[in-house]
This record gives sequence, structure tokens and C-alpha cells, in this order.
Amino acid sequence: MKGNVIKYEQDNIDTDVILPGTYLKIHDYAELATHAMEGLDPDFHSKVKEGDFIVAGRNFGCGSSREHAPIALTHSGIKAVLALSFARIFYRNAVDGAFLLPIEIDEDAYKDISNGDELEINVATNEINNHTKNKKYQMKPFSEIIGKIIAAGGLFKFKP
Amino acid sequence: MNITEKILARASKNESVEPDEVVFVNVDKAMLHDVSGPGVIKVFEKLQKQGISVDKLWDPSKVWVAEDHFVPSAEKVSAENIVKLSNFTKNYGIEKHFKYGLGQYGICHTLSHEEALVLPGEVYVAGDSHTNTTGALGAFACGLGHTDMAYVLLNGKIWFKVPETLYFKLNGKLPEHVMAKDFILRIIGDIGTDGAAYKAMQFGGTGVYEMSVDERLTLTNMTTEAGAKNGIIEPDQKITDHLAERGATNYTALKGDSNAQFAKIFEYDGSEMEPTVAKPFSPQNVSVVRETSSIELDKAYIGSCTGAKFEDLKAVAKILKGRKVKIRTEILPAAISIYKKALENGFIKIFLDAGAMVGPPTCGACCGAHMGVLAKDEICISTTNRNFPGRMGHVESQTYLASPLVAAASAVTGKITDPRDLN
Repeated sequence: MKGNVIKYEQDNIDTDVILPGTYLKIHDYAELATHAMEGLDPDFHSKVKEGDFIVAGRNFGCGSSREHAPIALTHSGIKAVLALSFARIFYRNAVDGAFLLPIEIDEDAYKDISNGDELEINVATNEINNHTKNKKYQMKPFSEIIGKIIAAGGLFKFKP
Repeated sequence: MNITEKILARASKNESVEPDEVVFVNVDKAMLHDVSGPGVIKVFEKLQKQGISVDKLWDPSKVWVAEDHFVPSAEKVSAENIVKLSNFTKNYGIEKHFKYGLGQYGICHTLSHEEALVLPGEVYVAGDSHTNTTGALGAFACGLGHTDMAYVLLNGKIWFKVPETLYFKLNGKLPEHVMAKDFILRIIGDIGTDGAAYKAMQFGGTGVYEMSVDERLTLTNMTTEAGAKNGIIEPDQKITDHLAERGATNYTALKGDSNAQFAKIFEYDGSEMEPTVAKPFSPQNVSVVRETSSIELDKAYIGSCTGAKFEDLKAVAKILKGRKVKIRTEILPAAISIYKKALENGFIKIFLDAGAMVGPPTCGACCGAHMGVLAKDEICISTTNRNFPGRMGHVESQTYLASPLVAAASAVTGKITDPRDLN
């Protein structure tokens, strides 16, 4: 999985800025994508490209249980969010619904990765290659159940 | 084991469970509303295309549905979602559908305790993050997204990692003019919005058991704002009585063992608690009210599952009785049963005499949906639970989270006001 970084150097990016409450009545995935990150970055929709990654700080996706948040990001083209940590409902929505990959990274990687960097993520080896900076980082491995649900392609395809 | 572990052990048919263990639990109750319901319908459509059967639910008698976020419908899309939801409950044989304008209805979390829809010892999951609220009844109550709720509706079970539990002990009663909201804001200020991430927050101590059921619900409601998986309080006689008044007597309440383990214990002295607000733009950005009293306000909003229960309205009435509001003040009782009780107790007349507006139960402006959203630069004091950028409307509006007493006192002066400082 290869793509470019859109970096938001901040903690607690909440679901109200990822997908504002006024759009909760919308359930068309393509339409939701046009409002992704509207509360934080109104230019997001025009700049995001298929395959991009978001890099952010602690507690990404805190707040509401709205699955609209990972849906809007995924249908904007985002393949993974790399963050220092994730809020629990956003994390499990992303995994169980087979949307983007929520990848935990450490402080060093977070500081080192810049906006626009080209990354290659290998989930099998937990390696992140920064082709722009010619550096390698380790992602935090998925826990056993999360790894299995991701490998299966979401909760409905997972056999406990 | 503590109470959360006991419930998860029972529901996963294990003799015991430990933190970090992953278990599949059988769900006792499940809820959808007018946002998560259409979200689940969308997942069902996807599943059908993949050849997965969505012909019937695991047990429609254990599922209930609320209309709360976008009622009354302000435009066509919301209206169509309500129709979709009604067709869904009809097609799947869900009888408990609380409809706007048809008898009892209200905010889903409020209905859970007003109608005794969830009982002590149960596993309750719902498509809303503030599902944690209902843990004040002694249930494991946890919010989930659409895919997970679709899975629950079809299979009657879901996976959980058993959380570690943080125990918050309140020693001694809260002083007059200090409410549960002040206590929980103080806690969130101390531990942060991810201070309880993936964990359970349990409350206890004499100060918590002195609280009314409604006040306890404020504590568990706001555990979501600290990132918690669930909030919980071991049930006592007040809970038993509350449920019995609503006809619910047949359940097995669970409590923790005397040697229950907690990841950490936090102790607070009730007498040291003070009226507290959370400043924009995070519930963890707390300050005692007297340090923010210069802030001029445009509006007071008294509503939501957090701050428009009966006891909340009673607190507001206490302040507004014989006084006038100086800024626009919107009061939206959280359910019709509460609205009626407020009417019977003379609160509605007090609110109207004070110059405030009383609206229908709805999540409304709490989530920036409709019914009083904020304009750019407007500053609001609110009894709700979140104040992220844009939460209640324009991304450059500001919300201060407060108790019903603080919100009402501030409505009277037009500035953030400690109820103790009101003439």
C-alpha cells in the first residue's frame, strides 16, 4: 500500500470535524466523502487523492459513534490513518466495517513524517517505508483479533 | 471481578474474565435511532449484495428504536429517514418504536431509563456513543457503529476486549449548587479526553450513592467524553425503586466481588467540588465557574440526554423561579414523560414566565443538527456533553459545557455565572 501523506499535527481530531453533525442524515457514501474533514480543513476534498494517508496525533476520531467518519474518509480515497492513538469506536468502525486501516505509530515516526511524504506500508511486516525521506519506521502490530478481522475483510467475513 | 467483568463473564458464558481478554458476548438489548438506523439499513443493503442473509433479526423483541436526532424533520432528507426507519421496524417486527408525535418519545438514552428498557446486569449496545449513559442502572452499556450494530441485530452477539476499570470514588455529598456535571467535568479535566480510552469508568462512594438516579446518569453519560468503553455504577435501592416504579422487577442485578480489581482508584472529596465549566473546544478544557465569569453569552441551551432530565429541569426551575432571562434561553426536555412531569410540577410556567423558550424533546442543536444551532462567533452555555469545534453549529461558534444550575444562572445574568453568586 503506497500513498502520500496529509498531515494534521494535532491531537483529539474529533468526529465532529471529520464529518460535521449536520450531515449525519446523509447515508450516501460518495456524498459523505465531499464533506470529509470539513470542520478542520475545508480544502481536504479538493486536495485528497486516491490512496492517500492521514497522519495525526493522539486520540484520532474521538467523540461520536458515527460510522460516517471512517466512511467519509475512506470514500475520499484515504487508505489508512496513521496516528499516535485512536478513539475506540472510530477504531473498531474502521476495522469491523473494512474501511481504512487505523495504524498506530510512535512519537518518532509521527514527528519525522511530513506533509506530502510518500509512504509504503507493509502490514504483514509492520513496516512503514518513507520513500521521500528514505527512512523506515515500525507500526504497532495489530492485536490478534484486529489482525484477523482485517485479514478476513471485516467483521461479517470473520469466523470467530 | 468488578461489576463490568461480572456482566461480561455472564454474557460470554465464562466463569471469569480478565482485562484485555477478547470475548464474544450475547447481547440482551440493542437500540437504533434515526441516524444509526438508516446507517444499519445501508449496511444491510451491502450485505444483501454480498449474499449474506438479512431476512430476520436475532430477536426483534430485544431491539428498540428511537427518533431523536433529526426530529421534528426540518427538511426532506430527515423526513425520509424517519419513513425508512418506520418501514424497517415494521418489516422486521420491532414493536418498540418511539415515534415523534405519537405518545412517549424522546432522546434514546433518556428513554432507556425513563421506560426501563435496559435492566441491571444486562449487556446493552446501541448505535450512539452516549450509550454509556445507561450504565448508571448497573448494566454494561456501550456505543457501537453501524456495521457492529448490523452484526448484533443479525447475530445477537458482538466481540469486546474486556476493559480495565478506573474507579472514581466520591467521598461525601456534593455541596449545594454543585451537581454531578461539575464532578464529571472535573474528572475529565483531570484525566483528559482519552484518560479512560478503551477502559471502564466505575463510580462509587457515599457522594455518588447520595445522588438521584438522574444525577448518576450524568456521570455515566459523560464517560464517553473521557474515551471510556462504558460507565457503570453498582445498583442500589434507588435504582431498584426507579425500575419498580416503571414496572421492571424481574432481573438479576450484579455487583463486584469484595476483592474486585481496578486499574486505578481516584478519590475525590465532595466538599471540595465547585461549579465547573468546560471551555471551548474540549470537554477537558475545564475551569471553575468563578474564573470564567467575565464571559458574555449569546444563548443558553438546556437540553440533551446529559442535561434535560427531570432533575436537571428541577434545578433550572429553582434558579428561574421569579427571575427573568437576559439572553435567549432554549429548554428542551429530554422526553415527553419528563416534559409532562415538568408541566405538572409547574416548571414549564416558570420557564415561560422567565422568558425562556420550551421546545420539543430532540437531540437538536446538541449535535449541530437543527433546532437552534449556533452562528459564527456566537457563544453558548449548554448543559450538553461536547463542545468540539462546530459541534453545535458554526465551526467558529463557542460552547461552554455546564451544569443545569450554572446554565440557568448564566441565562439570568447573560454572563457565565456561579449559582452561588446570584442575587
